[in-house]
Amino acid sequence: MMPAVETPAKNNSAPMMLYPSEIRRTLWETEDTFTLVLDVDHRPERYAFRPGQFNMVYVFGVGEAAISISSDPGKPAQIAHTIHRVGTVTSALAQMRKGDIVGIRGPFGTSWPIEEAKGKDVCIVAGGIGLAPLRPVMYELLRRRSDFGRIMLLYGARSPIDLLFRVELEQWGRQSHVEVIVTVDRGDSSWKGYIGVVTHLFSYLKLDARETLAFVCGPEVMMKYTLDELERRGIPPEQVFVSLERNMKCAVGLCGHCQLGPVFVCKDGPVFRLPVVRGLLDKKEM
Amino acid sequence: MNIENLSEILRQHPFLADLPEDHMAIITGCALNAHFTEGSMLIREGEIADKFFLLRSGRVTLEMDMPPRGSLRIQTVGPGEVLGWSWLISPYRWHFSARAVADVRAIALDAECLRTKCQKDHDFGYVILDRFVRLMEDRLQATRLQLLDLALLSPEVAR
Repeated sequence: MMPAVETPAKNNSAPMMLYPSEIRRTLWETEDTFTLVLDVDHRPERYAFRPGQFNMVYVFGVGEAAISISSDPGKPAQIAHTIHRVGTVTSALAQMRKGDIVGIRGPFGTSWPIEEAKGKDVCIVAGGIGLAPLRPVMYELLRRRSDFGRIMLLYGARSPIDLLFRVELEQWGRQSHVEVIVTVDRGDSSWKGYIGVVTHLFSYLKLDARETLAFVCGPEVMMKYTLDELERRGIPPEQVFVSLERNMKCAVGLCGHCQLGPVFVCKDGPVFRLPVVRGLLDKKEM
Repeated sequence: MNIENLSEILRQHPFLADLPEDHMAIITGCALNAHFTEGSMLIREGEIADKFFLLRSGRVTLEMDMPPRGSLRIQTVGPGEVLGWSWLISPYRWHFSARAVADVRAIALDAECLRTKCQKDHDFGYVILDRFVRLMEDRLQATRLQLLDLALLSPEVAR
């Protein structure tokens, strides 16, 4: 039987409990994307999360949104959420400043299968804001570097000014046996890197299909094309993992907002082994 | 560079992987080593497509003229890839320009030489066309995805 993705951390015994958390700083990554660093050290039970999990972030008087955690799971006293300003809640979060308080429920959901990747190569494919839930994977893989084979990160963004975590991308790319290849949809004359879609970057990699796990996150259309490319490269579907997004409300599989066919993205995901969701990716939200 | 060296370099290029010896000999007869410094043009939009390139190292951007905005960079081609297929399709003119954004080493293949050999040897012609059709399919898919403009279609839920 195909094993499930790694199970949620067992530190969330009160999933509906809202914990006030102080904003320590706000970092603007791009024109419309920012990272909030939050203090979660004062909670009664030690906060811990795994790469790929998310929190429900509540802005008092405005509302709540599901936002993945983008920080280092090895440093859980302060967590980070990298947020694209697109709706009411995220716009309100963008207005908040150091010292302001938000409510946090979580962590929720499944995580990227780091343990399953031991001894194997890992190919991470991210598009746009999809790099945020994969950044904790990079931290974890690099902290335990000798446990894994090659680490490959393919990242695509709209333009050079839309690239997230530029400094870290450069730092990661300088490490041995770590290949970081970045592309943009539109480059200006100062951009010396690749121009084109993220799937094109596979041309520059030699993958050992049987020994590689692929982690994919980004806009669903990008994931669709990426999954086709991984199939062409011979990566078995059970070695491919995707992180999905749907509107979430309760985050514990009760309300049904994030139902996708037979699965709830909040509870059974957001990280899925590909065969579980392959036929569901084109479905609209229910 | 002698013919033996050139043949060995061609054999290592992914586009020509697994090509039979006789076909490789034909290709080698139309090939020349090429080098371009950063910033130089490999091809220019509107000019006769009298060659194409197999890139060995470096990086090339494809650019299209967009008056009055100047040129727009639309794609990058890198090591192991092919630059140009307009040499295959009449009237054999480039639809874009290509500029080296890093020093480039490549093999240039003479278009007229190859077209003539494709006409004379249809088996060889089929093999070449088959590889270019796959290349075109790859580029078409990539262009479709680019049109969808990934980042603009970022999910509604912020992450």
